[in-house]
Amino acid sequence: MYSYWKNNQLKIAPWIFLAPGILMFSVYVIFPIFQSINLSFYQWDGLGTKTYIGVDNYIELIDDEYFIVSLKNNVIWLVLYLLAVPAGLFAALFLNQTVRGIRIYKSIFFFPFVISQVVVGLVFSWFYDPSNGLLNVILEFFGFDSIAILAEEDYVTYGIIAAGLWPQTAYCMILYLTGLNSVDPEQIEAGRIDNARGWRMLWYVILPQLKPATFIAVVVTIIGALRSFDLIDIMTGGGPWGSSRVLAYYMYEKAFSEYGFRMGYGAAIAVVLLIIMMIYIATILYRLYRDEKGG
Amino acid sequence: MFPTPIERTRPSTQLLYKIALPLSIIIWLLPLLAVALTSIRSGADINSGNYWGMPLGYYILNSFKITIPTVVGALVLSSLTGFALGVYRFKMNLFVFFMFVAGNFIPFQILMVPVRDLSLSLGLYNSVWGLVAFHIAFQTGFCTFFMRNFIRALPYELIESARVEGVSEFKIFWHIVVPLMRPAMAALSVLIFTFIWNDYFWAIVLTQGAEAMPVTAGLNSLNGQWVYNQHLVSAGSIIAALPPVLMFFLMQKHFIAGLTLGAVK
Repeated sequence: MYSYWKNNQLKIAPWIFLAPGILMFSVYVIFPIFQSINLSFYQWDGLGTKTYIGVDNYIELIDDEYFIVSLKNNVIWLVLYLLAVPAGLFAALFLNQTVRGIRIYKSIFFFPFVISQVVVGLVFSWFYDPSNGLLNVILEFFGFDSIAILAEEDYVTYGIIAAGLWPQTAYCMILYLTGLNSVDPEQIEAGRIDNARGWRMLWYVILPQLKPATFIAVVVTIIGALRSFDLIDIMTGGGPWGSSRVLAYYMYEKAFSEYGFRMGYGAAIAVVLLIIMMIYIATILYRLYRDEKGG
Repeated sequence: MFPTPIERTRPSTQLLYKIALPLSIIIWLLPLLAVALTSIRSGADINSGNYWGMPLGYYILNSFKITIPTVVGALVLSSLTGFALGVYRFKMNLFVFFMFVAGNFIPFQILMVPVRDLSLSLGLYNSVWGLVAFHIAFQTGFCTFFMRNFIRALPYELIESARVEGVSEFKIFWHIVVPLMRPAMAALSVLIFTFIWNDYFWAIVLTQGAEAMPVTAGLNSLNGQWVYNQHLVSAGSIIAALPPVLMFFLMQKHFIAGLTLGAVK
């Protein structure tokens, strides 16, 4: 027994180290993904028996106008949330100096990322408040009419995304600040000699070197956009009339809220979200794989 | 350095920059300043004892009860998995690694129904431990990714020479690698602390009522009940935000090191 262990230590040891992690991760993450997929073919209220209904949930989705609204909002989130990447780059360029006290400025700029989205959501709902929120105080000061952003179907999603961009920009900024730290100074000098300045320098010399930071910024922003839930729940609860829902939120409503415990239908929405996400995960994994093989 | 260092620019640009810096901070924090003002203005109400009627302290205690075991658990599991994936070469290595990475990137809401069911059947629904178990499992994905890359960067010769000396794999892990992993553990613990403290989604999916609810979910329910006491809720939200903010300012270096892993080649 002991000698068997001695001889095969290198083969067995990794699996002993991996066992607890794999067990937990499988039980709570990997299996539930497949359970969700499986559940999407059933009708289930969470308590009684499950009834197999084939693809009926998916057929219902196609005609569900709230699903379409949620899907459309997800696309808006994805596109607009990515503004955090250039905004973060801009903030990083602005703060990448060595003047006195700059470290404190950097920390303060980063600050919104550290606080909970619940607090961000509360803060912005007060900021948007039509009667005495700061935004409308400012608008009225400049002679505009006040608007209740979170009560207008046409504006609500944009208002929530703006709140989400606040911490996300801070996140991208910190990624770029770290990236800028390691930009090769010789290349910048070489660029300066070749008379590259401002935008041209940024585009041709700096940005190529910031590629790893850009990649991570895009990845975390896309994931953040698809996971958006907290702000919507805090700020509007999906309203007005469901106009600010996204897939993750609609799924939650369908499965758990008073709108009915339709677990199977919720799972079908989850599968749609998963498919959208798979495209991104595949890209990320492909890149990791390439790096592993190349490096 | 890019952009051009400000001290090398024209005096007018330098002056402009000195004005723009504080101004930009004010604009950036405008929404927050408004809240701070509201809660300061309501200082009188807070002192009048109104404020302590909210079960906020209870929620904050729950947050600690959830966050601290999660940090410990995720660190333990991921130092094991990170070691296994970082040090050993075996066929399934990359596959297991990718499983952790991919799982970590999914929109976690899709796990909602099965995880809630699982917690119910384990008797962990609406308990602090139910949240802890899920958070440990989910965070293990990200932490494994982090630990594995960190361990890959350690000098491999250390492990090789220990093996030649006949040191067992467990002793290598415990006496050689774990002491070297301290910076990674510091970075991860601040990050995980913040992530879990700020979690809202799982708090509302896996708890119900005040017994196990952390402060994020608690604040939202207060916001509903205390709708006419906006300033109280705003004061509450500032208090709720304090632990991660303190953590960040105290351990900034580790926090940023953790967050920006991979941002530099």
